[in-house]
Amino acid sequence: MAEIVIRNLRKEFGSFTAVKGSTFTVGDGEFFMLLGPSGCGKTTTLRMIAGLELPTSGEILIGGEDVSQRPASKRDIAMVFQMFALYPHMNVRKNISYPLVSQGMPRDRVATKVTEVARTLDIAHLLDKGVGGLSGGDRQRVALARAIVREPKAFMLDEPLGALDAEFREHMAEELRSLHNRMGATTVYVTHDQLEAMQMGDKIVIMNHGVVEQFGVPQDLYDWPATMFVAEFLGSPPMNFLRFDGIVGRGMAAVTLGEAVIDVPQQREDAHGALALGVRPEHVHLDDAAPTRGRVIAAEYLGTSQIVTLATPHGEVKARIPSARAVRSGDTTGLSFDARTLSLFDVATGRALSSAANQTVLAHG
Amino acid sequence: MSAHSVTAASRKAKWVAGILVVLYAVLTLLPLLWIISTSFKSGPDSISYPPKVFFQPTLEGYVNLFTTQARASAEDLATLTPPEAWYDEIAWADGMIIVGPSRFGQRFLNSVIIGFGSTFLSIVLGTLSAYAFSRFRVPLRDDLLFFILSTRMMPPIVVAIPIFLMFRSLGLSDTHAGMILLYTAVNLSLAVWLLKGFIDEIPRDYEEAALIDGYTRFQAFVKVVLPQAATGIASTAIFCLIFAWNEYAFAVLLTSGNAQTAPPFIPTILSVGGGIDWPAVAAAATLFLLPVVVFTILLRKHLLRGITFGAVRR
Ligand SMILES: Nc1ncnc2c1ncn2[C@@H]1O[C@H](COP(=O)(O)OP(=O)(O)O)[C@@H](O)[C@H]1O
Ligand SMILES: [Mg+2]
Repeated sequence: MAEIVIRNLRKEFGSFTAVKGSTFTVGDGEFFMLLGPSGCGKTTTLRMIAGLELPTSGEILIGGEDVSQRPASKRDIAMVFQMFALYPHMNVRKNISYPLVSQGMPRDRVATKVTEVARTLDIAHLLDKGVGGLSGGDRQRVALARAIVREPKAFMLDEPLGALDAEFREHMAEELRSLHNRMGATTVYVTHDQLEAMQMGDKIVIMNHGVVEQFGVPQDLYDWPATMFVAEFLGSPPMNFLRFDGIVGRGMAAVTLGEAVIDVPQQREDAHGALALGVRPEHVHLDDAAPTRGRVIAAEYLGTSQIVTLATPHGEVKARIPSARAVRSGDTTGLSFDARTLSLFDVATGRALSSAANQTVLAHG
Repeated sequence: MSAHSVTAASRKAKWVAGILVVLYAVLTLLPLLWIISTSFKSGPDSISYPPKVFFQPTLEGYVNLFTTQARASAEDLATLTPPEAWYDEIAWADGMIIVGPSRFGQRFLNSVIIGFGSTFLSIVLGTLSAYAFSRFRVPLRDDLLFFILSTRMMPPIVVAIPIFLMFRSLGLSDTHAGMILLYTAVNLSLAVWLLKGFIDEIPRDYEEAALIDGYTRFQAFVKVVLPQAATGIASTAIFCLIFAWNEYAFAVLLTSGNAQTAPPFIPTILSVGGGIDWPAVAAAATLFLLPVVVFTILLRKHLLRGITFGAVRR
């Protein structure tokens, strides 16, 4: 088991830069999520950590050793491929034994370990089957077995649930997480599904267009996004932005949107021009007395809660409120916000402005 | 499913297809059958008119093919001890004495060495370069691939004279090494192109999984890529062997003794002494067919899938 440190990692394919100077740390034993939209460079990053792709520049340290220029076979890392990549000309037992055979492990030890791992993953009955006829879930388990059997320093999983049926996904996600809890192995998990990342991850790094947007524990990222991209990418529905032109100064604890003065966490940074007030839907309240006005344009019933969409002078706002409260399309009402949860963004740069509430999160992401 | 489903053939269509296949097989196999039956006929039977379909089979043709014989008069034969070996008896019955082996056996062996040798070399070099073209960033890749293909755009025999001169000054004329080299050179472009197609079809994930599992690039190639390219390798090998085995023009030009292959040798049987020994010629043709047939049968498991050039996916 080992810590993985990534410093200024860059990858160019010809004139195209797929990864633009990533820096983050995967703690020893962490379940670490590499999250971002398709094409943002997640797989490329994972492949560089595994040694399947050599970085153009930057450092990769595994367990304190710089392995950036070392071939995959010398890194002691296991990987589960998106399409599992089980060797089609070998049966399940041979597939799982294969990484042990390369180490020159004696045959009886190999046999014992394979049986042991197969039992852990509940695939002992499949050992003598070919891999061709296996179901998606069983293939996944065989791929996992092949990865864990040699107890590597770390695991790389590239969208491991992507190839599974929706109904089976949740089950496999739980299985993966519980397997990790038992083994405590450092795991880097690639996904484009923000919900999956927040449910399963100890830590998340969010990438966009080859750039690391933010890195930290899920709750910090959700509550205190460092960029508008993170604010919109996490959460469903995503964070609302109330756009306005204004001035923010160091020490201020309120902003003025039109007529309304809205309390915000005390600011630690000056900014002016196009700004956005970020507020999560669950922190928007319908309050007839509030000065910020909005007209209800839709309500989506979700059982215990409902998502109400309102048109305001500063853009559309979605509120998550108890379904007990009756709202009708066309109603006009006031909107109030939990002051302690608000973030301000500079629209030109997309960055969050530093405040008393988010400064510790921003400093380390 | 309607009666006119695209996938399921109707009974009638199956019958028609079956009959057509049988007709085609008869048409192509009949000459072969005739050659094989002639090889077991006696000299007179082979030229009798009308042709004999039923006859007394004999190995006379094969014995004549493999031996050199001398005619002996009845008085001479009477002075000799009666033959013991079955082939001596066959010759004796015709009033002949076997004085030694013919050159056919050695020419046939040359064909085997040169045919399989060049096939083996084409496959080894072809697989390695196809893998490199398929997986690595080779500078000028497309230009190189086109150049390799372009070597097949003219009939190889066009360059016969330069090759003849080159072989003479390099001392490669009439050597096994020279012929293996030549056939490999001709086959290699086909091998690279065919094999590249097959290797392109194999997902990279498998080798990468092997790299991650602790194997070197070369081990991954041998243990993971090669088994999956087996179909492509088998069908490419058959194409290469068929070319090298049947090649006539270069063999006539560049070999005369030591390294002469069967194709230029067989016609020389036609012109030995008086009259043509048809059973011997037929025996030579029959034996000549065998290696390619056996090789193809050995690899047939891989072949059907391979001949479709990777069009059928797993
Ligand atoms: N071998 C390659 N050559 C050229 N471009 C590549 C290569 N691999 C990936 N890319 C490009 O790099 C970008 C990031 O790819 P990838 O890491 O696979 O994204 P993700 O896994 O986040 O979807 C994509 O635009 C992709 O087209
Ligand atoms: Mg990817």
